Amino acid sequence: MKIAIKTLKEFSTDMNATALEKFQAAFPDATCKVVLDSVVIDVQPDKLESTLAGLKNDPAFNCGLLLDVTGIDYKDYPKTTETRFYVVYTVRNWQDNLLVQVRTPVVDPEKGIPTATHLFDSALWGEREVWDQYGINFQNHPDLRRILNHYQFEGHPLRKDYDIRKGQVCIGNDSLEKEIRARLANNGVAESTMKDINTEIMFLNLGPSHPATHGAIRILTALDGETIMANINEIGYLHRGFEKTSENLTYNQIIPLTDRLNYCSSMMNNIAYVKAVESWLGIEITERAQFMRVVLSEFYRVLDHLVCIAANMVDMGGLTNYWYLYNEKETAYDFISRLTGARLTSSFTRIGGMYRDFYEGWESDLELQLRDIEKGIGDSIKLVLKNRIVHDRTKDVCVLSAEDALSYGFTGPTLRASGVPFDLRKDAPYYNYESFDFEIPVGSKGDIYDRIMIRFEEMFQSIRIIRQAMKFIPEGSVFIEDSQVVLPPKADVYNNIEGLANHFKLIFEGVKTPAGEWYDSFEAANGELGFHFVSDGSGRPYKLKVRPPCFYIMGGFHKMVEGNMIADAVINLGSINIIGGELDR
Amino acid sequence: MALGLEAKLGDNVMTSTLDYIVNWGRENSLWPFVYGTACCAIEFMSTAASLHDISRYGAEVVRFSPRQADLLLVCGTVSYKQAPILKRIYEQMPEPKWVIAIGACASSGGIYDNYCTVQGIDTIIPVDVYISGCPPRPEAILDGLMKIQNQIKGETVLEDRHKDFKGILD
Repeated sequence: MKIAIKTLKEFSTDMNATALEKFQAAFPDATCKVVLDSVVIDVQPDKLESTLAGLKNDPAFNCGLLLDVTGIDYKDYPKTTETRFYVVYTVRNWQDNLLVQVRTPVVDPEKGIPTATHLFDSALWGEREVWDQYGINFQNHPDLRRILNHYQFEGHPLRKDYDIRKGQVCIGNDSLEKEIRARLANNGVAESTMKDINTEIMFLNLGPSHPATHGAIRILTALDGETIMANINEIGYLHRGFEKTSENLTYNQIIPLTDRLNYCSSMMNNIAYVKAVESWLGIEITERAQFMRVVLSEFYRVLDHLVCIAANMVDMGGLTNYWYLYNEKETAYDFISRLTGARLTSSFTRIGGMYRDFYEGWESDLELQLRDIEKGIGDSIKLVLKNRIVHDRTKDVCVLSAEDALSYGFTGPTLRASGVPFDLRKDAPYYNYESFDFEIPVGSKGDIYDRIMIRFEEMFQSIRIIRQAMKFIPEGSVFIEDSQVVLPPKADVYNNIEGLANHFKLIFEGVKTPAGEWYDSFEAANGELGFHFVSDGSGRPYKLKVRPPCFYIMGGFHKMVEGNMIADAVINLGSINIIGGELDR
Repeated sequence: MALGLEAKLGDNVMTSTLDYIVNWGRENSLWPFVYGTACCAIEFMSTAASLHDISRYGAEVVRFSPRQADLLLVCGTVSYKQAPILKRIYEQMPEPKWVIAIGACASSGGIYDNYCTVQGIDTIIPVDVYISGCPPRPEAILDGLMKIQNQIKGETVLEDRHKDFKGILD
């Protein structure tokens, strides 16, 4: 089979041409084109604000979800561009499956471009990251400071002239006093109230190393009694330079790095990543590989939710749930290691297929495992469902409205708990998800109870999908036949020169992707996991940006906890499943 | 038949060296502080859960206050942003204390050879046992724990450990 690399022109004809005309008519100063499934709009910085506002407010577009903000440094790019730096905003209309990317050139990074924080709250953290990593200023951003790197860091690591190995030692901690006081003032707690004899504001730090943070996150709160008056959060403690490291690796070498994004559901990251690369290469993987990916990603969704709920229950004092749920995960690890060779970090996908097929007897092992998991979940639900303590601790606690959730860029179970039925598996189906019979649970309140219960229900739905997929999974190869993408069989490598040369070139140079840039997304356990690539035509990505669901959920954490008790903040953090590897990359 | 002093003391008293008795207590009741940052912390969770059950080694009392712990388990990547925190936690732990670097990242930076990752926590604090793996299996973590126990056997209460350590933050 030959891979068909579609030109952009072909993609444009694929997509409804009138849709593109609609964009062009609405934004006459911009150039619009279609790349894969998204519309890309190129605007000048002075028109950026009006374009984003138009996309958000015009009912024809209704793009209310700002997914991601990223910068691009074209310093070493083979093709010359208008300016060295660009900023890309990715927005989505979740109802009509419309994905739009707005690109704007940045003439002077010091001067920067206008902010989008007044339109989308998710831009607050998104733009901070761009500033931190690329040094691009956002005018009138209310809180532009470093987010992933430490406060003593100098320079901007994702710029092409920053040496990847140039580490900078950090001594001490940022007090964040200015920021928490600003947040207090913002919440209407004036200086006079703070001096009042009846209120005594206490500043309390949770983390970075704290059992409740499940990783390294710093939650700084201003308390009146036990009530949280203001909260700000600091992240970046697990920033491991995923994006910079990826620029120096071939596409297939990056797969092990993706394991370590959300390490509770490593295979989902593997699948999301290769799916993004394959979409640009125009590769249609084999039916069997598609079904395998569905089975495995749903299995990992279950595992991810198991750990999330287990840990969440421990926070609430229900240690028994931990044994019921975690023991199933523990046996599932052994089961998974029979398939992949690793318990946690699977690295099981390759561009163009899977590392290997299911082993003999997998199906019966899987069924046994699923039954055990169902039993574990069932036991745990029995403890939770009519448990007064759980209800009192979670109902109407840390409520987040659908508007706020969308504005902060929430996706996944946390968004669905707030009542927004957005799930890429239904709204932009891939791998035949449209043909599976499953339901998307949606919450009614947006409180912690909804978030926990949605995860419980999603596990049952995922198990449903797995059973259907295992019933209909076809026989066949798990790899496509394409010597430009897939490694040749070992017999060819050892026995003939063509096979050897083919192997050598794929290993050393990597899978070559056509020059260009694209965004592709996947419904991971925590929400929309997106990858934004810039390719210069070589076997290594010129730039690779991850759109981690956690990052934006954490960005809206203060919205959930302010006005609630400090103990609620702890279980709220557990209920949104923050995974450091994905949060900080 | 007891000889010497023990013969005089009767059946209910036995003698030993101070080192032997103290070390016996120390090695069988290690209280770990889990500095969990990343993937390896999930494997520690497995080590603590029913199947592998770390309490068989007397180390199940996981403390999240460094002041109550004597074994620091560093599970996961430590970035430069975290380094001062790790150092402070180590300093808050009372003597005697031991450190296990769990996994490739804590031992050497692992696959993250870049601008934000500390290339091994032994550049910040002294480390007693390194466990390889990315992440190591629970068995490997238990093996590391047993190595610490063996090491404790050979120590003496009279000497301070790691007095002259100098890391990048000192």
